[in-house]
Amino acid sequence: MDTESTYSGYSHYSGHSKKAHRQGSRDRHKSPRSKDGSRSEKSVTIQTPPAEPLLGNDASRTEDVQDDNWGETTTAITGTSEHSISQEDIARISKDLEDSVGLDCKRYLGLTVAAVLGLLVFLTPIAFILLPQILWRDDLEPCGTVCEGLFISVAFKLLILLIGTWALFFRQPKADMPRVFVFRALLLVLIFLFVFSYWLFYGVRILDSKDTNYQGIVQYAVSLVDALLFIHYLAIVLLELRQLQPMFTLKVVRSTDGESRYYSLGHLSIQRAALVVLENYYRDFTVYNPTLLMASKSRAAKHMAGLKVYNVDAALVAKLKMYIADGPVNNAASQSRAMITAAARRRDSSHNELYYEEADHDRRVKKRRARLVVAVEEAFTHIKRLQAEEQQKAPGEVMDPREAAQAIFPSMARALQKYLRTTQQQHYHSMESILQHLSFCITNNMTPKAFLERYMSPGPTLQYDRDRWFSKQWTLVSEEAVTSGLKDGGVFVLKCLDFSLVINVKKIPFIKLSEEFIDPKSHKFVLRLQSETSV
Amino acid sequence: MSYIPGQPITAVVQRVEIHKLRQGENLILGFSIGGGIDQDPAQNPFSEDKSDKGIYVTRVTEGGPAEVAGLQVGDKIMQVNGWDMTMVTHDQARKRLTKRNEEVVRLLVTRHSLQKAVQQSMMS
Repeated sequence: MDTESTYSGYSHYSGHSKKAHRQGSRDRHKSPRSKDGSRSEKSVTIQTPPAEPLLGNDASRTEDVQDDNWGETTTAITGTSEHSISQEDIARISKDLEDSVGLDCKRYLGLTVAAVLGLLVFLTPIAFILLPQILWRDDLEPCGTVCEGLFISVAFKLLILLIGTWALFFRQPKADMPRVFVFRALLLVLIFLFVFSYWLFYGVRILDSKDTNYQGIVQYAVSLVDALLFIHYLAIVLLELRQLQPMFTLKVVRSTDGESRYYSLGHLSIQRAALVVLENYYRDFTVYNPTLLMASKSRAAKHMAGLKVYNVDAALVAKLKMYIADGPVNNAASQSRAMITAAARRRDSSHNELYYEEADHDRRVKKRRARLVVAVEEAFTHIKRLQAEEQQKAPGEVMDPREAAQAIFPSMARALQKYLRTTQQQHYHSMESILQHLSFCITNNMTPKAFLERYMSPGPTLQYDRDRWFSKQWTLVSEEAVTSGLKDGGVFVLKCLDFSLVINVKKIPFIKLSEEFIDPKSHKFVLRLQSETSV
Repeated sequence: MSYIPGQPITAVVQRVEIHKLRQGENLILGFSIGGGIDQDPAQNPFSEDKSDKGIYVTRVTEGGPAEVAGLQVGDKIMQVNGWDMTMVTHDQARKRLTKRNEEVVRLLVTRHSLQKAVQQSMMS
């Protein structure tokens, strides 16, 4: 095999897809989110035009001709798909330019407000204690033991508050939600009002009247810190604990292939529940493969084509006349109904085709898989790990994992490529990624079966290169407001460009558990026989 | 042949007289019984009412004294030599049938076809 042509074929293929897809993804990334913020609450249905995925779909179609040579993929990646941009892309790019500024401001505004408020709140007790010392030091009563003890308690409570706030709030935001996070906003407002009222009281009763009872002032500051700790406790309960107890079960179904999963959640708002679902989507659902849908589409197309041919039948024309003459019925509806009933009665053999096609495909996949397993096992036997002592007196050339992988790869490359083609996974694995995985497996002493685990069946989306994901930008479509809580029977949809996830909410039923006591001595048995005696 | 507690059982019976055959030391009758009040009535294949704990004939050996006398498979034995067999244990039934000093046993047996025959003859 000519290495040069191999590399060029594959990198050209993946390079094209990466370039186009990245551009496309950047466009899709910004636009829907900002639109969400400006529309009304109900039915956030932003219908971005359903673009064809810019990945080399044309490439996979032409490869139906089971072409087995690695480098000779003479795919029809013409100039049009690489360099031209469709009308939709142009519209998207222009919108993207206008909206990008507003979007970042919104996110950072929230963060800065919270940070400023937090800092103010933290410095308030210190200010309460220090201001009398600064302003009217001479009039103040001397600070006795109790008062100094209170200093220590203020210091430690502030430290605890600091650590707690850092643990709870200082985390990298992992998602950007369409609407404001209600509980967080509530807490910020609460803290603000609380501190504001304390300052008001302090300003009026202590600063203006220049109170000399320093112990009282310090106690006031301690009470503020105590109350802040309680607000922190409230924050933990609202933000973290309340949703832990499962109350709802969500059924998530992918619209393109019907793959479904169930997740249990507690009380959450719809947007937070959507976040949980998406986090689990990347781990649990197999990666979306658009090439797998083409079989059913072609079958549907055959149905429609067949329908037209049947229309010429005289019997059908007579039926139509009868339907049309029947009265003030909607003509179009009755006509289509007649067509559908006629098609149903026609001897449809497409189910037969489907059955044999699927059986055939299964057999082919199993054969290829067997060949692949044998090839890989044989390839792995050529590699042997060297112990430290043997490294000096090795018989052949000593290689590092990458070189070893490159050495055994050609013997299994063909079988692997054939298998990937048959299972429509070839565009998820580039040669470079396969080599990398192979050297990884060799380094970690994995068996051939462990190496093949990644290729045998489509894995979760996280396993693959980010460019191959078809799902990076999500839109939440919901009839209820997205900050309202989950309700039994609620439905919302998470749309991305190529497919959508339909989510059904069901409440976990109220369980009535009763007890029954069984005395251990009450387990008694009799024999039930039917014997037969001959007399 | 259903049984109402407290009420006498009425059934159409046939008298069967079996002469025991001597085989070496034993006197055999040539059939097998199943059932009894200590057995599980639900497993009885011949009874119509699956809570009937009576004694049933489960097998009849060919050419044996029972077959000669006219006993059939599935018959329910009501009396043996005057002794009641509707409320006995399996072992008691066996003992009543295999008494060493009796050479002849007179059974009263009932079967469903008897009842039907009587009904038909009454109707016609």
